[in-house]
Amino acid sequence: MALEDLFKVVKERFGAEQQVQPVTDEKEVEIPQDLLFKCPRCSNVIYNEEFIGALKVCPKCGYHARLTWKERLDLTVDKGSFREFDEGMHSLNPIGFPKYEDKIDKLSEQVGMNDAIKTGECTIRGYRCVIGIMDSHFMMASMGSVVGEKIARAFEYATEKKLPVVMFTASGGARMQEGIISLMQMAKTSGAVKLHSDAGGLYITVMTDPTTGGVTASFASLGDVILAEPKVLIGFAGRRVIQDTIRQRLPDDFQSAEFLQECGFVDMIVERGMMRKRISNILKIHGFPKEGTGR
Amino acid sequence: MSKLTACERLEIIRHKDRPTVNDYIPAMFTRFMEFHGDRLYGDDAAIIGGIGYLSETPVTVIAQVKGRNLDENKKSNFSMPHPEGYRKALRLAKQAEKFHRPVICLVDTPGAFCGIEAEKRGQGEAIAKNLAEFMTLRTPVISVVLGEGGSGGALALAVCDELAMLENALYSVISPRGAASILWKDGTREKEACEVLKITAENLSDFGVCDKIIPEPEGGAHLSKEIMADNIYEYLVDAVYRLNKMDIDTLLQQRYHKFRKIGMFAE
Ligand SMILES: [Zn+2]
Repeated sequence: MALEDLFKVVKERFGAEQQVQPVTDEKEVEIPQDLLFKCPRCSNVIYNEEFIGALKVCPKCGYHARLTWKERLDLTVDKGSFREFDEGMHSLNPIGFPKYEDKIDKLSEQVGMNDAIKTGECTIRGYRCVIGIMDSHFMMASMGSVVGEKIARAFEYATEKKLPVVMFTASGGARMQEGIISLMQMAKTSGAVKLHSDAGGLYITVMTDPTTGGVTASFASLGDVILAEPKVLIGFAGRRVIQDTIRQRLPDDFQSAEFLQECGFVDMIVERGMMRKRISNILKIHGFPKEGTGR
Repeated sequence: MSKLTACERLEIIRHKDRPTVNDYIPAMFTRFMEFHGDRLYGDDAAIIGGIGYLSETPVTVIAQVKGRNLDENKKSNFSMPHPEGYRKALRLAKQAEKFHRPVICLVDTPGAFCGIEAEKRGQGEAIAKNLAEFMTLRTPVISVVLGEGGSGGALALAVCDELAMLENALYSVISPRGAASILWKDGTREKEACEVLKITAENLSDFGVCDKIIPEPEGGAHLSKEIMADNIYEYLVDAVYRLNKMDIDTLLQQRYHKFRKIGMFAE
């Protein structure tokens, strides 16, 4: 099925949706779990193969599921164009948090990255830019020293080379295990974004699932253009924290990309299959030159 | 200065008679005039803002309001600001920049408010905007953590040239209770979390986050509001004098570098 057709189908199904149904088929269906994907939004269960074919978008409710950094990279940048920055940078244990190093080591092995973000330079349909991709599989992409430093360096490099920045955000927030040092990364990254902006740089944020906490309250919210994937979670405070404060159930679409757009904090909601094209169009209209033939 | 644990300090800053900005502002600034509103949505009583004199120097004051009793706390929402509070702070900071007034931020909050309305009006965006704008604000900014420095809600008033903390003040990325409930699924173990998180003024000085520890009267600020106010006042007069003398571009470079250098990693 062609990509455009696929998304038409997904789009058509947007309308009828989202009663939360308890999944009862765990007993009935005897299929190994890794063959199946269960949508965390609508509990729809489909074959993994079908799910991957749909770019990891739930065909029933349109939820754009979390990608690994590699999947995101492959969907976004021109083949072979990515040159990674600071590949070897890894975390230390600034406040001596119990078992933090062990956790980092284990995750590095499991997820195949040193920390929760990849940064680098690439072209997107021929347009050169600095890119950052956060990966929620690594400690819910929380921001500690490494994430903060990589982002600051990426923006400083972009400022120096007069390049635009495209940042795919996903995060549970600041990384508690690094204590106050993690909070300071919010100031550090926001400062680097501000200097890039003051120098006339273009910054496109793409909010993916989930963009929350200290990342929402810093560089993620500072894009000149803020895009979001459909149905993803975006917010400052955790849903549970708010529910505990107000002691009532929140509506299902609270803190969704669509909710945020309605409140005025997201420029455009863009489906995954169209994202690459959208980004390149935004780069183009800002007058950046196209290199080579692109794709 | 006394050697207390983070936990003992937590007890002190939670003391019911701990002085608040309602004590400090009249004691430290003369002819203070309060200015209201963010010009966008409303006025948030969790943050007081205005202008007055520090000694002879006109300054802008932006302060988070812990109540001294339940009524005051209801009014100031227990010092948990909404987005309009942070936007008021930014408006007044920009005004200070325009008229070359130093900005003094008094930080005392458990955190930014977590609720439906706060989310709707963009709590995240409001804080982010402050972090970015204060970083390049072309006038000296001094922040003093008076008691509780609660995460992003405190940081939104603490992107500054100098960060001072009262001796017993705590400044943390997450409340000890919150950390305990994540770490051990048990919020009552906040005392343990308190020590693990390294949140005292001394800890933060070691990390290069806190630039100056302001001594409290023996036993805590509540034992002598006058001495406490004097100590803060003395520091502020000195800091404003020093920072006001500096070339503004040098000051801004230093401010950026102050935050830019914080982080611990290997490559
Ligand atoms: Zn679904």
